[in-house]
This record gives sequence, C-alpha cells and structure tokens, in this order.
Amino acid sequence: MLDATSQRSLPLAPGIGYKPQHFAEILRDSGPVRWLEIHAENYMGDGGRPIAQLRHLVERFPISVHGVGLSIGGEAPLDAEHLARLRHLVDWLNPASFSEHLAWSSHEAAFLNDLLPLPYTQATLTRVADHIDQLQEALGRQMLLENPSTYLAFAESEMEETDFLREIAQRTGCGLLLDINNVFVSCTNQKLDPRGYIADFPLDLVGEVHLGGHDEQEDEHGAPLLIDSHGAEVVDPVWTLYAETIAAMGPRPSLIEWDTDVPEWPVLAAEAERAAHILAQVAP
Amino acid sequence: MSVGQAEFRAAIFDPARDVPDGLVDPEGRPAGKRFDVYRNNVVVSLCNALAEAFPVIQKLLGAHNFGILAGHFVRQHPPSSPLIAHYGSALPGFLEGFAPVQNLGYLPDIARLELALRRAYHAANSTPADATALQAMPPERLLVTRFTLAPSVQLVASDWPIAAIWRFNAEDGPKPEMRAETALLTRPEFDPVLTALTPAGGVFVEALRNGQSLGEALEAAAAIEPEFDLSPAFSALVSGGAITEISEDPLP
Repeated sequence: MLDATSQRSLPLAPGIGYKPQHFAEILRDSGPVRWLEIHAENYMGDGGRPIAQLRHLVERFPISVHGVGLSIGGEAPLDAEHLARLRHLVDWLNPASFSEHLAWSSHEAAFLNDLLPLPYTQATLTRVADHIDQLQEALGRQMLLENPSTYLAFAESEMEETDFLREIAQRTGCGLLLDINNVFVSCTNQKLDPRGYIADFPLDLVGEVHLGGHDEQEDEHGAPLLIDSHGAEVVDPVWTLYAETIAAMGPRPSLIEWDTDVPEWPVLAAEAERAAHILAQVAP
Repeated sequence: MSVGQAEFRAAIFDPARDVPDGLVDPEGRPAGKRFDVYRNNVVVSLCNALAEAFPVIQKLLGAHNFGILAGHFVRQHPPSSPLIAHYGSALPGFLEGFAPVQNLGYLPDIARLELALRRAYHAANSTPADATALQAMPPERLLVTRFTLAPSVQLVASDWPIAAIWRFNAEDGPKPEMRAETALLTRPEFDPVLTALTPAGGVFVEALRNGQSLGEALEAAAAIEPEFDLSPAFSALVSGGAITEISEDPLP
C-alpha cells in the first residue's frame, strides 16, 4: 500500500474515463491506457461492487478523481457534506490527481446534474477562488480546475475565460485541466479562434488534458452550436488542436472521455492509441 | 443585467419562462436556443438517471409514458444531492399522487423496491457470522438468541405481490398472483438477492433487525399469521450472508 506522503502523479500518457463494463478487459490488457479517471460521485457509497472494483484498480493504475458535483462556481457556500465525502474518498484512495470544473450545478438544495456557466467578473473570481482555497485545504492537496464547454455568454462578463483561469490559478495555487474538446466547442459557440484561446492559455499550469466527442447543431440564426456530449469519437480538428497544443507545451496526461453511449473497449483503446501516437512525437 | 443563479435555475425548470436577460450569443443577441441546451441537458440527464434507477417502473409504464412522468418529477423534485445514484427517493410519494397512474396501485411499492435494490447494492460490505453453531443449539437457547443483520438487508412491505411483479418484469418470472408480499433483499457478495416473504415473514425479519430475540420475533410474526413458519425467511437470511453477529441472552 501507499504511504500517506507518497502522492503519485499521472504518467505523461493516455488515460481513459473508467466505466465498470470495461473492468475485466482493463485488468486483462489495458493496451495504451496507462491511467484511469473516475467520477468522484460514483464512488461515495459505503461499499459493494463499485468500491471493490476501485480498490482493485488503484493497485494497478494511477487514478485521477474527477469531481462533477461540488458546484465550485455556486453562489452558495460549498456543500459541507459533499466536501466531507470528497475528503473521505481522496483520503482512502490517495489518487494521483484531483480535478473539478469551473461551473456551478447546485442552487438552493437542488442539484441540476449539469455544468452550468458563470459570468467572468471580479465577484465570480473572488467566490471561485474562495471555494478552491476551501477545497484544497479540505483535501490537503492541489487541485486542477477544468475549462468549461459553454453555449452562451453573460453580457456582464468583464474578462476572457483564459485570463479568468490564470487569475484563479495565481490566487489559489491550483493547476489547470485543459479540455481541448471544450476549447473547440466553446470557441466555436463563442465565435472565437481556438488557436488564439490556446495561445492565451497558461499552458505551464496544465496538469492534465481531456479529449472527448461532441454533437453539432445550429442555433436559430444558423450559427454553429456544438454540444459537449462525451458520446462520440474525438473529431479531427480537435485531434489537430491537441497535437499543436502538445507540441507547444510538451506531453501531458491525456484522457479520453466517453460518458454516454459508451462503446466497446477496443473503440476506447483505439482513441487512446491515437493520443499515444501524438504524445510519442514530443519529447518530455 | 446581472443574471443570478436563482433566476437561471428557475428558467431551466420552467420552459414557459423567458430566457434571463443578459444571457447572449456571440453577437450580443438574446441566447435563445443556446439556453435551451442547458434546459435539455439538465432535464434529459435527470430523466435518464431515473430511467436507469427505476427500470421496472419504466417497463410497466412504457418508455414514452415514463418519459412524461419523469419530466414532471424532475421539475418538481430535482435531486437534493450530487449523489445521482440515490436520486428518486421522492418517486414513490410522487406516484401516489400522480393522477394518470392511480389505476396501478402497486407502482409506488415497486418504486420503493427499486430504491431498496440500490441501497442494498451500495451498502457497506459485511462478513457473515458462522451460522452452523445454531444447528447444535437446543431450542430454549435458540429462542433467546439475537442477531445483527448486514447493512445491505432491506425490507419493503406491500399489499401487492411486489416481488412477483418485479420478477415478472425484470427476469421473465411467472405471472404474479394477487397476494401481499414483503420483499427481502440480501447481498451475499455484490448483487442483491430478492426473496418474497409473507407479511408475517417481513415482520419476523424486521423484529430481528430491531434487536429482538428469535422468540420475540416469532411471537410478533405469529400474531398476524398463527401458523407462521420461520424457515423461508430464516434460510434466506443465512444463505444471503445477512446475519453478521449471533449473541445469546443470558439464560434466566
């Protein structure tokens, strides 16, 4: 077992968002997949199969714990019970990484089960930074904050998302999780240049990269409206943007996310192989 | 111009409400359909969570009707916690008051059973006690024995044959016959096991779980079923690994 002081880090290699249906295949031969990411909220039961599987997996793979329910951007104080559950999970699992989202999902005792957008203002900055301070203190470790997929903007926003994220990281000491698909989705939806976004992003703070699939729609004016679905293969323009970003910042732990209509393991392994190929072209 | 989260949330759950002013597209126009993406994400993801959690309710109603019911439910009872695996504890009560399903009197109890299945699935692990010691025990000592039951043990009492209805729909079991059943769930390892008990069998297990002795539990069961036979319930507990501690009262 790991001792309390050893905090493993994620390898500069492909990982996969873990789904229980792939348990046996992953243990038999994980192919190019070197680490796994779990959604924290799926492992907060008292026992049973999910916890038992996770205990097996953590013996074999570095694990990244990805929270999807803390509502870091919420106007209300962080949910103390949920914070305690996260702390319990991180304490026993001692994962290689912990990450959460720049978003909100709870309001007045209702959890909306989606990552909802925030206005980029000084007030939001102060609130999010306070929440991250509180979280990092509770977990006793640095967290990574993920850039969101957005479908609309707030007229009240005062700064760019990249500046907002940089400022949050400077104030709190948190690292950043760069979701390349989210960059592509948000920039398309916000009529911004994804390459410009990456150029403005504080790449030196990136501890992990996400790659996933999206759906294409149009808004009522005929403008493209991309929906972050995590239900399809990564599209070529996102792979290109990923390769360019990796070339610019060096290799990073890179996750394939596929959460809806989850395919058979070989499909995921092939996506991971593609990431491995791109990572191999860049010296660490 | 500032859009608060209360206003955002209210508009998410009420499609008739205007999109809040101050949410815009890249040209500065009102967000329109872009806001509907969030409305759709929230409602569809919660409806999907319910469908996953209540597969037999969905089968009994059909996917279309279940979708309509779920749409009403998620707007009236959004989750109170991010633990989506436990979402829907308010569904049985909601079904009791939802006019279009009043003819299906067993639905609320089936929903209670599906909730109990998830509680059993996620309950803490436990180690069964060695029940072979009981075989050698004289009856007078057995009657004063008390048992601790595993955290995964669940009971759902009903006026309907809920275990049979669940099996008929989830496992192609035989056609249910009208009678009252108490569903007992045990979890030998990771998968909950369903046993149909008579109402007296349910009372018996409930009494044991509350710390009453075997004799007291038998008395409670016999009060509603004079010919009560403990063996179906007791063997389900033993084979389900549901007894974690055996203790004896000091003999008088």
